[in-house]
Amino acid sequence: MERRSLSGWGRTPVSVADVIDADAVDLDRLLAGFGPRGAIARGCGRAYGDAAMNAGGTVLRLADQELVLDDATGLLRVGAGVTIDAILRESVQRGWFIPVSPGTRYVTIGGAIAANVHGKNHHRDGSFGRWVKSITMVLADGSTITVDPDSDPDLWWATIGGMGLTGVVTSAVVEMIPIETSRCLVDTVRANDLDELMAEMERGDERYRYSVAWIDLVARGARLGRGVLTSGDFARREQLEDTDPLRYDPGHLASVPAGMPNLLNRAGIKVFNEAYFRSAPRRRTDEVQPIARFFHPLDAVGNWNRLYGHRGFIQYQFVVPDEQHQVIRRAIERIVMAGRASFLAVLKRFGEADPAMLGFPMPGWTLTLDVPAVPAVLADLVVDLDEMVLEAGGRVYLAKDAVATPEMIRATYPHLERFVAVRDRVDPDRVWNSDLSRRLEL
Amino acid sequence: MRNAMGEPQTIVVFGGTSEIALAIVRRLVTPRTSQVVLACRDVDGAERYRETLNAQLAPAAVSLVSYEARSYASHPELVAEIADRVGDLDLVIFAAGVLGRAEQLAVDPVAAAELFEVNTVGGVSTCLAVANRFREQGHGQLVVLSSVAGERVRRANFVYGASKAGLDAFAQGLGDALEGTGASVLIVRPGFVTTRMTEGMEPAPLATDPDSVAEAVAAALSGRKRTIWVPGPLRWLFSVLRHLPGPIWRRLPLK
Ligand SMILES: Cc1cc2nc3c(=O)[nH]c(=O)nc-3n(C[C@H](O)[C@H](O)[C@H](O)COP(=O)(O)OP(=O)(O)OC[C@H]3O[C@@H](n4cnc5c(N)ncnc54)[C@H](O)[C@@H]3O)c2cc1C
Ligand SMILES: NC(=O)c1ccc[n+]([C@@H]2O[C@H](COP(=O)([O-])OP(=O)(O)OC[C@H]3O[C@@H](n4cnc5c(N)ncnc54)[C@H](OP(=O)(O)O)[C@@H]3O)[C@@H](O)[C@H]2O)c1
Repeated sequence: MERRSLSGWGRTPVSVADVIDADAVDLDRLLAGFGPRGAIARGCGRAYGDAAMNAGGTVLRLADQELVLDDATGLLRVGAGVTIDAILRESVQRGWFIPVSPGTRYVTIGGAIAANVHGKNHHRDGSFGRWVKSITMVLADGSTITVDPDSDPDLWWATIGGMGLTGVVTSAVVEMIPIETSRCLVDTVRANDLDELMAEMERGDERYRYSVAWIDLVARGARLGRGVLTSGDFARREQLEDTDPLRYDPGHLASVPAGMPNLLNRAGIKVFNEAYFRSAPRRRTDEVQPIARFFHPLDAVGNWNRLYGHRGFIQYQFVVPDEQHQVIRRAIERIVMAGRASFLAVLKRFGEADPAMLGFPMPGWTLTLDVPAVPAVLADLVVDLDEMVLEAGGRVYLAKDAVATPEMIRATYPHLERFVAVRDRVDPDRVWNSDLSRRLEL
Repeated sequence: MRNAMGEPQTIVVFGGTSEIALAIVRRLVTPRTSQVVLACRDVDGAERYRETLNAQLAPAAVSLVSYEARSYASHPELVAEIADRVGDLDLVIFAAGVLGRAEQLAVDPVAAAELFEVNTVGGVSTCLAVANRFREQGHGQLVVLSSVAGERVRRANFVYGASKAGLDAFAQGLGDALEGTGASVLIVRPGFVTTRMTEGMEPAPLATDPDSVAEAVAAALSGRKRTIWVPGPLRWLFSVLRHLPGPIWRRLPLK
């Protein structure tokens, strides 16, 4: 056990907790030792805000690394502390891919379940939870149980997307998807304004399994919302001329040293956005890209979050329903107006929601942006964006959030009460707490 | 919990009617602040300003609780009660203080000791009670209103100056002791601030006002500073004054 300062991926305010590396079998013994502030599980700490922090309490990391993949069925039995990176290093060569991958492979299965993460294929394949067949978890009373969607639907849909607040997931069975090659065939379209980009994306829904757009948040006026859409799917065996079609070599991390000044200042961001846009082809089809480049481009540089300097940054991700698509334009206008261009703005389509009680996705549009945590700029921006999202019947994503209010969450997560009722049942004394749960009164 | 912009959800002030402290609170409240607790010795008196406070601090809920700096035995319980009511204490300001009448303090043992009870003893017990709570919760920011008067004590008001010197030294040590707990202490050393405390007195050079102190505090909190002077140049002035030989120091025309 070690008392440590922790922050989320955004590196905004830290809090101090006792960090314990635990084997699943030890958890019931450890439970007795948690103080009044309780405990929360932590994976890779890739949530941007305070979801995996617990000021004054305990933070648990799972040491256990079980990973068993059944080649006949594609079912993966995996420890909750195992990362998608580790899984892919094992599974790709054997012809299996993770059904849903966030934009980084450095997340754990526990984190993927707790945030019910979505990928570029949400419009087609839903969130991570849809692919999880069963979960083994330790509850507040120390008992270990295995749950599936039928055995206890309430606990299941409170745990999927439940931000670790129903118990510690120790292992899960996940259905992997078969792939014939480790390469994707990618189509790229450069759109000169937002309408063109969104129209292109709607058209692509049916055609592409994976799709995501990058938006230039520096461009104004007629070019507002211009961007680059990349869509694709895994290549089939016969589409590649390759003797080793399942080769997987994601490479190792380059990293940004500690104590970097803020390089992502206004000038830097402007240059980057312009260059990125110009370097994209007007239209290109069937470009062959390896998994790492297509799914996890940011992972090429470890700790890129340090580029924002010591104050850190927030990631604001919201979703609005399809019929409120104009809110995307208004939000982009507002962000461009703030003048604090975002280094990264990503637009995605969401498909059907699943029954997760704290589920984030809904059919519609989700926009994600990074903003440096400079209160003077951010505070007003967040107020305005929150208002737009609220009015549009949308919501913000808990795995990214670090600035929402309890009121905002209550107003936008319609099943919050049911979630709290499940917590009352399985954790009446509130053993599981996080800075997020305190801040948002979850 | 403070959010990623460092905005507190809860703010507590000891010496809740202090003009400087209220300026700081007004500066720091945001739409994400839910609770402001003003601990003051005259709750009924403060109630008369409730509407103004509510309006200035909205949407935060303002509550007034009774606090006597000299009743140090009651402080741990009071801090616990406040935490029970509002949850984690994100930002706490210790502002209780009296200036007294210098000529009287210089010769009146009882009055001088009473002033120490408020400025120093009350500060020690209040801040320690807060610090204990911060340790439990693993975070928290404490702002202590000290004074340049404590940096080098002037003969013109040495009792007040000494009381602030004691508080200041204590607060520095507390900040060091809290290292690694997630909690922090910001020491604020204003010069002459135009408030009712200094009413009727002739402003000293580099005089400032509560809003300027508030601005400096806000900047210091987000910049994670430990000690600030308001206005800033006082820092350099006092680093010189502190080292003047005694005979020269005593002859300086400092009121
Ligand atoms: C570059 C980048 C890109 C990203 N892209 C996407 C994306 O495209 N889509 C998306 O959905 N998300 C995305 N994310 C967010 C990320 O996928 C989630 O925050 C995910 O939860 C992080 O997993 P982690 O293992 O780091 O968990 P942590 O960040 O450590 O924890 C996240 C939450 O999971 C809980 N948790 C962790 N382990 C367990 C466990 N064993 N049992 C119970 N609860 C547990 C924690 O308590 C916490 O509430 C991205 C993040 C980054 C940094
Ligand atoms: N003004 C300056 O020039 C200046 C300069 C440097 C430092 N400071 C320090 O800044 C702090 C705030 O001062 P200010 O200028 O804002 O003056 P202020 O408005 O008079 O504030 C002083 C506060 O202390 C409270 N207080 C006094 N005795 C108390 C007691 N026994 N118990 C509880 N509370 C008590 C007062 O309450 P009541 O309203 O009930 O009296 C008042 O709220 C003080 O510590 C002061 O020493 C002031």
